Amino acid sequence: MLNGYITRTFVALRTIAFKETHRYLRIWAQTLLPPVITMTLYFVIFGNLIGSRIGPMEGYGYMEFIAPGLIMMSVITNAYANVVSSFFGAKFQGHIEEILVSPTPNYTILLGYLAGGVGRGLLTGLLVTGVATFFADLNIHSPLITLSVVFLTALLFSIGGFINGVFARKFDDVAIVPTFVLTPLTYLGGVFYTISLLPALWQNVSLANPILYMVNAFRYGILGASDIPIGTAYLIVGAFIIAGGSVSMMLLNRGVGLRH
Amino acid sequence: MSALRLRNLQKTYPGGIRALDGIDLDVEPGEFFALLGPNGAGKSTIIGIISTLVRKTAGEVQIFGHDLDRERWLAKSQIGLVPQEFNFNGFETVGQIVLNQAGYYGLSRRQARDRAERYLRELGLWSRRHTVARTLSGGMKRRLMIARALIHEPRLLILDEPTAGVDIELRRSMWEFLRRINDEGTTIILTTHYLEEAESLCRNIAIIDQGRIIENTDVRSLLRSLSTETFILDVRGHVADMPTIEGFPIVPVDESSLEVSISAEQTLSDLFRALDRAGVEVTSMKNKANRLEELFVRLVENNTDSQREPA
Ligand SMILES: Nc1ncnc2c1ncn2[C@@H]1O[C@H](COP(=O)(O)OP(=O)(O)OP(=O)(O)O)[C@@H](O)[C@H]1O
Ligand SMILES: [Mg+2]
Repeated sequence: MLNGYITRTFVALRTIAFKETHRYLRIWAQTLLPPVITMTLYFVIFGNLIGSRIGPMEGYGYMEFIAPGLIMMSVITNAYANVVSSFFGAKFQGHIEEILVSPTPNYTILLGYLAGGVGRGLLTGLLVTGVATFFADLNIHSPLITLSVVFLTALLFSIGGFINGVFARKFDDVAIVPTFVLTPLTYLGGVFYTISLLPALWQNVSLANPILYMVNAFRYGILGASDIPIGTAYLIVGAFIIAGGSVSMMLLNRGVGLRH
Repeated sequence: MSALRLRNLQKTYPGGIRALDGIDLDVEPGEFFALLGPNGAGKSTIIGIISTLVRKTAGEVQIFGHDLDRERWLAKSQIGLVPQEFNFNGFETVGQIVLNQAGYYGLSRRQARDRAERYLRELGLWSRRHTVARTLSGGMKRRLMIARALIHEPRLLILDEPTAGVDIELRRSMWEFLRRINDEGTTIILTTHYLEEAESLCRNIAIIDQGRIIENTDVRSLLRSLSTETFILDVRGHVADMPTIEGFPIVPVDESSLEVSISAEQTLSDLFRALDRAGVEVTSMKNKANRLEELFVRLVENNTDSQREPA
C-alpha cells in the first residue's frame, strides 16, 4: 500500500508539473515573449544608449553590470506571475477542484505548481541571458553560485505567487503585489546601480530589501562582484523559502480560499 | 460495510447559514441511490463534504469503511465525482482533461490512455477528444464530466444533478449508461429535483429538506405513501370503543376523532360504507396536511420554475 501511495503520488506530481509547464508553453506569446522584448529594450536603451555615457560601475561596463540584474528581474517576475495567475485561474474556473477532490496530497499540489513557476522563471532567465549575450560578454565566474541562486530565487518567488494565488479573490488581486511590491523592490534592489553610490542612510535601508541580496549574489556568480556577502544571501533566501513554504502548506491544509 | 456512511453531519457556512442539521445516511454497496430535495435543501453541501470541497462543522464520513479524516487517501481514491457546475479547464482539450484526471489518481500513462479511449467512446466523445472543452455543447460537457469521474474506476460514483439542462433524449441515454455502470458493480448516488428520475433509476431514496433527511425509504413505498391520503374524522361517541374496519388503517387521535388513510385504489365512498356498517357516525371530516406531499408540491413548483429559465 505504501508503495502504491508513493508511485501514485509521484504520478500526480508529474501530472500537475507537466500540466503547468504545458500551460505557459501553450500561451508563450503572453508568457515567454514579453520578457524577451522588454529586456531587449532595457539592454538597448539603458545598456547601449545611456550606459555608454554612464561609464563603468564597480569596474565593469554598465551593460555587463546590469545584465545579471535584468536576468534576475525577469526570473522573479515570471516565476511569481506564473504561479499566481495559474493558481488563481484554476480557482476562478473551478478546475482546481479536480485536484482537490482527488487523493493528491497537499504537498504534491504545492510542488506541482512550484515546478511550473520555477520552470517558467528559469526558462525566461535563459532566454534573457541569450538576449544579453548579444550586448555583453558574459563570462560566468561561478556556475554553481549562479545556478543555485537563480534556482532558489525562482523557487522563492513561485512560493510567493502561490500564497498570493491562495488569497486572490478577483483578477485585480493578482496584479497588486507585482505592481506595488515586487517591481519597486526589484528596481531598488541594485539592478541598475551599486548601493555604494547611495548615501549611508539609504545604503542601510537598501539592506532591508531581500531582492538586493539575490540580485547581488547572482551578479557575483556571473561577474565575481557583489555589494553584500554571498553567505548572507543564501541564508536570507533559504529562510524566506522555509517560511513561505510553511505558510503555503498551512494554507493548503486549512483549505483557505479553496474549501468552503 | 456501507459504501457510504454519514453520521450526524452538520454544516454551518460562514455567515451563519445552517445548511445541514444532522444527516445520518447509509448507502450499501451496489445500490443506485437518489438524494431528492428542493433548491437549497443541502444536497450539494452533503456531496461537497464527501468530496472534501466543503469542510464539515461536525460529523463523520466513511467511504467503504475508510474514515475521510483519518484515511483520507484511501477514502478519496474510491470516489468519482460529477459536480453540479462545470468545473473543467475550458482551454484544455477533452482528451487532456480526462488524462490529467487519471494522473491525479496515479494511473500509469498506458492505463490512462486505454481507459480514456474506453470511456470517451462509451460517452460518445471520442471523436471530440482534440476539441477544446469550452466549445462543447452543454450535454457534451456533462458527459465529459462523467467520463472524467470514471477514469479511475471508482467504486462510488456521485453525481450532483447530472441531467440538469439536458434534453429528454440525452437524459434517457445517460440513464441507460448509468444503469449499466451500476449493473457492473459501481455504487451510484445521484441528486435530483425530479421524482421521475429517482423512480426510473433508483431502488432507494432519501428526501432532504432544509438540511434534514425527512424520509429514507425505497422508492416503491415512497410512491405508495404519496398516493395515500389521510383524513381526520370527528365521530359521535367514544373512540375507545371503535371497532377495527377491514382495509382501512385507523389511528385514534383523541376521544372523539380518528385518523384514516385511503390508498389510491380505495374511494371515500368505500370508507363511508365500511364506517356505516360498523355503526360509526361521522360528524365532520378534514384533510390532513401531508408533509411529504407539501414538499413535492414545492419540488414541482421548483421544477416548473427552472424549466422556464433559459437553459
Ligand atoms: N459556499 C456557500 N456559502 C454560504 N452558503 C452556502 C454556500 N453553499 C451553499 N450555501 C447555502 O447552503 C444551503 C444549501 O445549499 P446546497 O447547495 O447544498 O443546496 P442544494 O440542495 O444542492 O440545492 P440545489 O438543488 O439548488 O442545487 C443553501 O441555503 C445555500 O444558500
Ligand atoms: Mg445543489
